Amino acid sequence: MKKGRRNFLKIAGISALGLGAKPVLDVFASSEEDAVVEAPAEPRIMRGPNAMTAPQWAMVIDTRKIESHSDVEPMIEACHKIHNVPEMPDKKHEIKWIWETEFKHAFPNLAGEYMSKRVEHLGLPVLCNHCENPPCVRVCPTKATFRNSQGIVMMDYHRCIGCRFCMAACPYGSRSFNFFDPKPHIEEENKKFPTRMRGVVEKCNFCAERLAVGRKPACVEASNGIMAFGDLHDPRSEVREIIDSNYTIRRKQNLGTRPAVYYII
Amino acid sequence: MPSNNQKLYDKDKVIAGLVIFVVLATFPFWYNLGKAASAPELELTDKAKAAEKCVRDTQYMRNEHMQLLDEWRDTVVRDAKRIYVNERNMGYDMSLSNTCLDCHSNKEQFCDRCHNYTSVNPYCWDCHIDNPKEAK
Repeated sequence: MKKGRRNFLKIAGISALGLGAKPVLDVFASSEEDAVVEAPAEPRIMRGPNAMTAPQWAMVIDTRKIESHSDVEPMIEACHKIHNVPEMPDKKHEIKWIWETEFKHAFPNLAGEYMSKRVEHLGLPVLCNHCENPPCVRVCPTKATFRNSQGIVMMDYHRCIGCRFCMAACPYGSRSFNFFDPKPHIEEENKKFPTRMRGVVEKCNFCAERLAVGRKPACVEASNGIMAFGDLHDPRSEVREIIDSNYTIRRKQNLGTRPAVYYII
Repeated sequence: MPSNNQKLYDKDKVIAGLVIFVVLATFPFWYNLGKAASAPELELTDKAKAAEKCVRDTQYMRNEHMQLLDEWRDTVVRDAKRIYVNERNMGYDMSLSNTCLDCHSNKEQFCDRCHNYTSVNPYCWDCHIDNPKEAK
């Protein structure tokens, strides 16, 4: 055959057409095969059958039911025990998920010079407010802390680099930093829940691991009716019924963080 | 045209140097010849033996358990989905401590042997306790 330019172009054109048609033919060929051979089921990931979900979890704390320190203590203990929260010897290195504080510290913009004696000496339980507009999430450089689909402000300890921006951003002091390895200071390890390591920030997770199996947070269970927990966006939920029929306040809500923990004083 | 009888100056020294270099460069290879560490033997706990099948088949677990665990930790923490249904339609709680280490409770004879052999040092156990039986 004469190797002229014309012949070369003809062969090149036909070859290109053939290459272009191959994927089309492959598709037809494979679809016929698939009909015969049943593909094995792909592994899939899902929620547990009993998981409780809500667009925004919220909590109401009725402080009128608190009579003394011994009413708050069980909530703190229940939480810190199941989440392996260490008891650090030095107060400067304290780790806390939920703790007790005075009204003037919890609500500095509401505390008056003179207040009712009950409120003045009240020991309030405070914890992460799981804000709908969380400042800690905005500042986190690695997205280690984030707001999940349930409105819970979560910590992904795998990603935390320990920069502590979130601690600076949180106006509630809800976050603690592990300056040291927390393990030696955990009295009784709950083997069902991971511990943390040195160099990460930790905080309350609204018991996401319990909600996943259909149980309310540990502090709520231990609170003897002081705390209520439920879906903030559902008008028939327990928390909404309480909020709708009582005067409630939230901590530092003038900052625009939209906290999800409500207090009845 | 270069002539064929070009002279190699200091022939003895150059060749001796080359021989020394080759010997030194290949030293690790022939020194360790025949001394390869044998692949570790893994021990299964009675519970793991009784279960017979892991979350996925053995070969998959051996090759890709790290990718599987990585996917698990992301979906549990970030997507709040905690159940893994495998291709045999069996559901598992996606938890290193409570699922994996429940059967493979012999970390030293199971996890560590391969990790040491391949010289990898995963930091899972910094937080996830080798649940539940191993004495500390």
